[in-house]
Amino acid sequence: MADGVKPRVKVPKSASAGEAITLKTLISHPMESGQRKDGDGNVIPRSIINRFTCEFNGESVIDVTMEPAISTNPYFEFEATVPEAGEFKFTWYDDDGSVYEETKAIAIG
Amino acid sequence: MIFRTMTAAAAMLALTAPMLAAGGADDDTLIINEDLEITTKAAAAPHLDGHLDEVISGWHFRDDDTQAMEMDDFDNPGMIFVDQGIDQWNAVEGSEEKSCASCHGDPEEMAGVKAVYPKWNEEAGEVRTLQMQMNDCRENRMGAEPWKYDAGAAINMEALLASVSRGMPVNVAIDGPAAEAWEMGKEMYYTRYGLLELSCASCHEQNYGNYIRADHLSQGQINGFPTYRLKNAKLNGAHGRFKGCIRDTRAETFSPGSPEFVALELYVASRGNGLDVEGPSVRN
Amino acid sequence: MEFTRRETLAVGGAAALVAMLPKGAYAATTEEWIAEFTGGADMADAGIDLTAPEIAENGNTVPIEVSAEGASEILVLATGNPTPGVATFKFGPLAASQYASTRIRLAGTQDVVAIAKLADGSFAKASKTVKVTIGGCGG
Repeated sequence: MADGVKPRVKVPKSASAGEAITLKTLISHPMESGQRKDGDGNVIPRSIINRFTCEFNGESVIDVTMEPAISTNPYFEFEATVPEAGEFKFTWYDDDGSVYEETKAIAIG
Repeated sequence: MIFRTMTAAAAMLALTAPMLAAGGADDDTLIINEDLEITTKAAAAPHLDGHLDEVISGWHFRDDDTQAMEMDDFDNPGMIFVDQGIDQWNAVEGSEEKSCASCHGDPEEMAGVKAVYPKWNEEAGEVRTLQMQMNDCRENRMGAEPWKYDAGAAINMEALLASVSRGMPVNVAIDGPAAEAWEMGKEMYYTRYGLLELSCASCHEQNYGNYIRADHLSQGQINGFPTYRLKNAKLNGAHGRFKGCIRDTRAETFSPGSPEFVALELYVASRGNGLDVEGPSVRN
Repeated sequence: MEFTRRETLAVGGAAALVAMLPKGAYAATTEEWIAEFTGGADMADAGIDLTAPEIAENGNTVPIEVSAEGASEILVLATGNPTPGVATFKFGPLAASQYASTRIRLAGTQDVVAIAKLADGSFAKASKTVKVTIGGCGG
């Protein structure tokens, strides 16, 4: 598990049924690209978050396959439709096998 | 270019669009989260002796995309580290089994603190930066290990304290017992260092708005510190930045936390008196 | 998108080869990325928007946006990077639009390319040149 990995997501508290909302997600992660070398000249191995998904009540909103060119502290902004009240689930998958999750509820109103 | 119609908006866009070519600071307004207006330009305080007429936040010297990153707390990567700072704020540590929250309550109750630091501490008989004061609390009131200067936990905490003071004007005291450190900082600011013989003023007072290679020079204000730099994708403290700047003149640089940098931080902060606390800001 | 058996074996073989080799020993080129995504199909000029700055404030964190109405997937490549892959966005049933914004690393001045797989199975491509500078004292 990479150290100090912390997600931060922006989800409105409520929306009208069927409304399109904008979601913003950030997560702290070094996204070590595998291109850098350490002081002794050895390549620092790649260690990145390689996939990000967002689901709402179990249905997919977006599924992103990530390569090392995504910046440190990956950021995504995208739009989702909210058909009913429920929960957004955000998942980040790390090269080292760790999985980071964040959930946010949204009401209709 | 052929124009069919030129609305006032299009005309404005045409004038403001090539900002990088124009040099100088732009005219945008910084409003964070659509409700927190930050004063990013102010009349220079008297103690600048007319060297600057107007003090301008570094925000104005960055491109539109970078500026936009600071305008929403969910676009601003520095805020992930403020979140980590909140966790640290609430964590019980040390022999006294307290957290920062035990004495200080919510972080919001610390509003106004960042705006007046660095400041003279009567009991300790020295000018203290915010990080020095944090470590004093940690060692003497929490019985916890002090944090390494300008690294990780200390920077996260400084960013948290800055974030709750956003929108409040910087107002560091330069007189009375702080005057000696202030004078030392002022002397450093105008001293040419290194093989390149550059002083802070060479770039930040005489050439702000111009380009040094591809970098757009700002006035070097620190009201936005700690700042999230795109270059290293993390929060940077003022001492870390001073160290880098002096190293870049090809000089032997000073250490974060050293008396020299404490004095310099006091002086540079005072140059920005009147600008609002902006940290954690987003810069190049 | 339909593969012949030969293409499937080639793609599968390549994937297996990549999985077996030590990292860095084999890096797909831009052409290979595009070929795998489109299967060699033509790419139209219209149907996808790519927003990227003309001059990046800093190559380490460059904001980009992609948008392609009705797309099922958008592939983004940085053609001048040591490895061109940037991201593949797959839009699910609850995506309100086929739009995404992120921040990427560019090793130097280069073309950023975005290719969308549209609703009818066809492809659209957009490209932007982004200048990446080396800064002055602070850069």
